[in-house]
Amino acid sequence: MLVDESAVLIDESGSRPVCRINGAWTVGALRNRREQQRRARALQQVDGSAAWDLSGVTALDSVGALMLWRAWGNRLPEQATLPEATADVFAMLEQHPVENPPSVPRETFAGIRRVGDTVYTLSEHSRDLAVLLGQLLLDTGAFLRQPLRGPWREISAQIYHTGARALPITALVGFLIGVVLSYLSAQQLQLFGASVYIVDLLGISIVRELGPVLAAILVAGRSGSAITAQIGVMRVTQELDAMNVMGISHGQRLVLPRVVALCLAMPLVTLWTDVMALTGGMLVAAVNLDLSPMWFFLSLQDVIQPANFWIGMGKGVLFGALIALVACHFGLRVQPNTESLGQGTTASVVTSITAVILADAVCAVVFSEVGW
Amino acid sequence: MVSEPVIEVQGLRTAFGKHVVHDDLSLEVRRGEILTIVGGSGTGKTVLLRQILGLSRPAAGRIRVFGQSVLHGPAKSRYALRQRWGVLFQSGALFSALSVFDNVAVPLRELRTLPEALIRDVVLTRLSMVGLGAADANKAPSDLSGGMIKRVALARALALDPDLLFLDEPTAGLDPTRSDEFVQLIRRLHAQLGFTVVMVTHDLDTLFALSDRVAVLAEKKVIVCASVPEVLRFEHPFIHTFFLGERGRRAMEGTEFEGVV
Repeated sequence: MLVDESAVLIDESGSRPVCRINGAWTVGALRNRREQQRRARALQQVDGSAAWDLSGVTALDSVGALMLWRAWGNRLPEQATLPEATADVFAMLEQHPVENPPSVPRETFAGIRRVGDTVYTLSEHSRDLAVLLGQLLLDTGAFLRQPLRGPWREISAQIYHTGARALPITALVGFLIGVVLSYLSAQQLQLFGASVYIVDLLGISIVRELGPVLAAILVAGRSGSAITAQIGVMRVTQELDAMNVMGISHGQRLVLPRVVALCLAMPLVTLWTDVMALTGGMLVAAVNLDLSPMWFFLSLQDVIQPANFWIGMGKGVLFGALIALVACHFGLRVQPNTESLGQGTTASVVTSITAVILADAVCAVVFSEVGW
Repeated sequence: MVSEPVIEVQGLRTAFGKHVVHDDLSLEVRRGEILTIVGGSGTGKTVLLRQILGLSRPAAGRIRVFGQSVLHGPAKSRYALRQRWGVLFQSGALFSALSVFDNVAVPLRELRTLPEALIRDVVLTRLSMVGLGAADANKAPSDLSGGMIKRVALARALALDPDLLFLDEPTAGLDPTRSDEFVQLIRRLHAQLGFTVVMVTHDLDTLFALSDRVAVLAEKKVIVCASVPEVLRFEHPFIHTFFLGERGRRAMEGTEFEGVV
């Protein structure tokens, strides 16, 4: 169908100019940008007093009709020849005039308001966290008084998901970090002839610092996001409301099992990461420094004070609780829409990793005199 | 003149594991008609709709829409097909991150060629056609009532002037007044715009008010596909319980079909 050249034809031979509209005026025909612009330009050139003849139109839909309608100034022109089929479309447009939506008022002090909003949001977060923590303490109390009525099934499921399923990835990362650390330190220590101290270096740094932090960061990324998304989707699908109306407390069924599970699983994952990192370090020490694995293993016992080990395990428990609490907090705050779910999950992971590193720094200061 | 059918389903077979839902199912939708698909729970009405839309893949069979296979053939023509139909999902499926205006504008903006001023006019006309004022245009989908969500979803489905409109339970979740209004709206738009409608519904009032033809799914196939009076006269236990039970009789009261059976 050749419509390109003749879609808008202006005939000025008579006393009054006549504009002939031909061809297809549909989304399909107008989706070619050039064609669309050419027609728009041609329509602009038409004299205001012109008569319109639409008998050449082969197809018309509301997009094409609106384009003509706009050129006519949102009303039918005085002199127009409309075939019956097109008249219906324009009658419909006449029935539904375009109203301007009310413009959204622009704020004058948007910047100041944003500061206020941030402060308000932060205070809301801290209040919610305090409520969550208080509720958790009450739930834990109730749980300890009547342990048989506790959510054991949920706890064991969560330990499996957050602990057991995290073993492969923590093993891989822990092992590789051990290898890297050992490899780099071996070169430096060899310079001073102090190769045997690699055991001290690796032992203390991994058991006390790296193991817990590495495990916590991995678990925060893996399980923290999962917990937030899971609880968030429960909000979207109204499952949280369903629990509310059945009198099942969110604290007891959602928060408590996750916190307890992570408090139990995190020290174990930390221990596993420690073992894997030390194994990596031991292998590199054997290859690069000729230290026999047996000797490495036996001297670890002398080097690592029990206090270091317990500090590492304690950090595991603390980090586990932090990750679970932050993840549940953000999960419960999700609004029932897709954007909020994404934002909540991101915020949850970022906040829990930051919280873990903050807590680690505090621990480093508090326990600086212990374990040497 | 017998025009080419808009939708042609032939020898369709659907199975989930060993559970066969459709077996050798055939269906034809004619241009300009309103066809309603009914059937008991689990007879695969929604599955059939999803297969026609190319959202799920049948185990065997041929589905052609406007003579074009929805799952096979050149990607370009399959893509073009998607601009010739509009779908009203059961729960609206509005994009929750976008405002009402932007939701309706999505299909138009996706063409990437129409000027924004024209898009604006098209969107506002569409919103006015489904009975929404300009004041609603800036609202977020989460601020809308169930009836308004359906209206916005209908405006979005109609944005590109589709030749074919799919309605999945269009009146589910609306109160009777809203539901009647929505039926009127669809009927008016159908008369104005002349599209073909394929509708899945449980609601007998909607069915009697809108359908030109009814396809009844039972025994894994379409047992009958005909006008309402013919379907009512068709002898089958499902039709008997579905249409001629107490609810069916009540829905038929006052319609042109009262006293057909």
